[in-house]
Amino acid sequence: MRASPGLLKLVTVLSFALLLAGATWLLIGRAPARPEGMIAGTFSPPQMASDFSLRGSDGSEVTLARYRGKVVLLAFGFTYCAAVCPTTLATLAQARAGLGKTAASVQVIFVTVDPARDDAAHLRDYLAAFDRSFIGATDAPDRLATVRTNYGVKAVKQGSGSNYAIAHTSSIFLIDRDGKLRALMPFGHPAQDFVHDIQYLLAH
Amino acid sequence: MRLSWWKNVVRRHPIATTFSLLAIGVLGWATLAPVEATKRDAVYEIPRGTSARRMAGAKAEIFPQTIRLRLGLRDILVLKNADAVPHIFGPTLIMPGQSFRLPFTTASTYSFECSAHPNGGLSVVVEPGPAPGWERLAWRWRRLTGGA
Repeated sequence: MRASPGLLKLVTVLSFALLLAGATWLLIGRAPARPEGMIAGTFSPPQMASDFSLRGSDGSEVTLARYRGKVVLLAFGFTYCAAVCPTTLATLAQARAGLGKTAASVQVIFVTVDPARDDAAHLRDYLAAFDRSFIGATDAPDRLATVRTNYGVKAVKQGSGSNYAIAHTSSIFLIDRDGKLRALMPFGHPAQDFVHDIQYLLAH
Repeated sequence: MRLSWWKNVVRRHPIATTFSLLAIGVLGWATLAPVEATKRDAVYEIPRGTSARRMAGAKAEIFPQTIRLRLGLRDILVLKNADAVPHIFGPTLIMPGQSFRLPFTTASTYSFECSAHPNGGLSVVVEPGPAPGWERLAWRWRRLTGGA
């Protein structure tokens, strides 16, 4: 039995094509494709986010209901935080900037875990350094503790004296325009991941 | 080696040459091309009554203390709460009847608070996908033979 020269050529081309395809993929170093849907951790089925009523940095009452129709990014932290909170807020400001006109459909709420030092005026000045649209929320310690409990958020005081720190949950809660808690973005994701997920929430 | 030698080999053993070339191509692809699974969910369920059993003092082993995931293959952790009470996972609460689906994109070891575990913690080890070369070839072989 003899293979025709045509078949041999075809197999040769096919073999090199397969080899080349594998080598190209290797050289490009493509990361595994992202799963479909959101990048953040998602809840299914989504439930209404626990609402709250706190003192806002703009002097008004901060509730989730007030921002119905917008995507709310809910963060917990404190203004004396050395690394995590400034990074998170800078990332969220960058994400808003990356959204262009759509940014008007997004509201960042920063709930303090340190009411002793974060009053409304201090929160306002601090947040304005990142994005003037960000709103801070503070209140009595027990009211803030209730909000944290409803979201499973932890805040533990570390150290004593005036230079104490607070170890706290660093993930961001993503609440859709209907007020449903849809997702949780772990700390460390870049601004484009937030842009992706905000656009997803605005579309779905 | 001269080209005429190859021509001679091809002329004498056309079938063997054809299959050899094909094998080289397939092996090259299998060794180098990236691996990716279509279904990447690792699903774990917190059964109904978990919290009640724990409150009663029973040692309820729900799912492993350490969950191992692999990027591109099995890199989405899905926790289903079939219990009657909310469960804490990491920084959040999973309500009864709710699932939390968390994709991982970076290989590392993650520690989470987890109320479904007796010691209140869960480790998730995310490993890189099979490296180009022998690892990818072995993974493909295992999958082909039903071992992966």
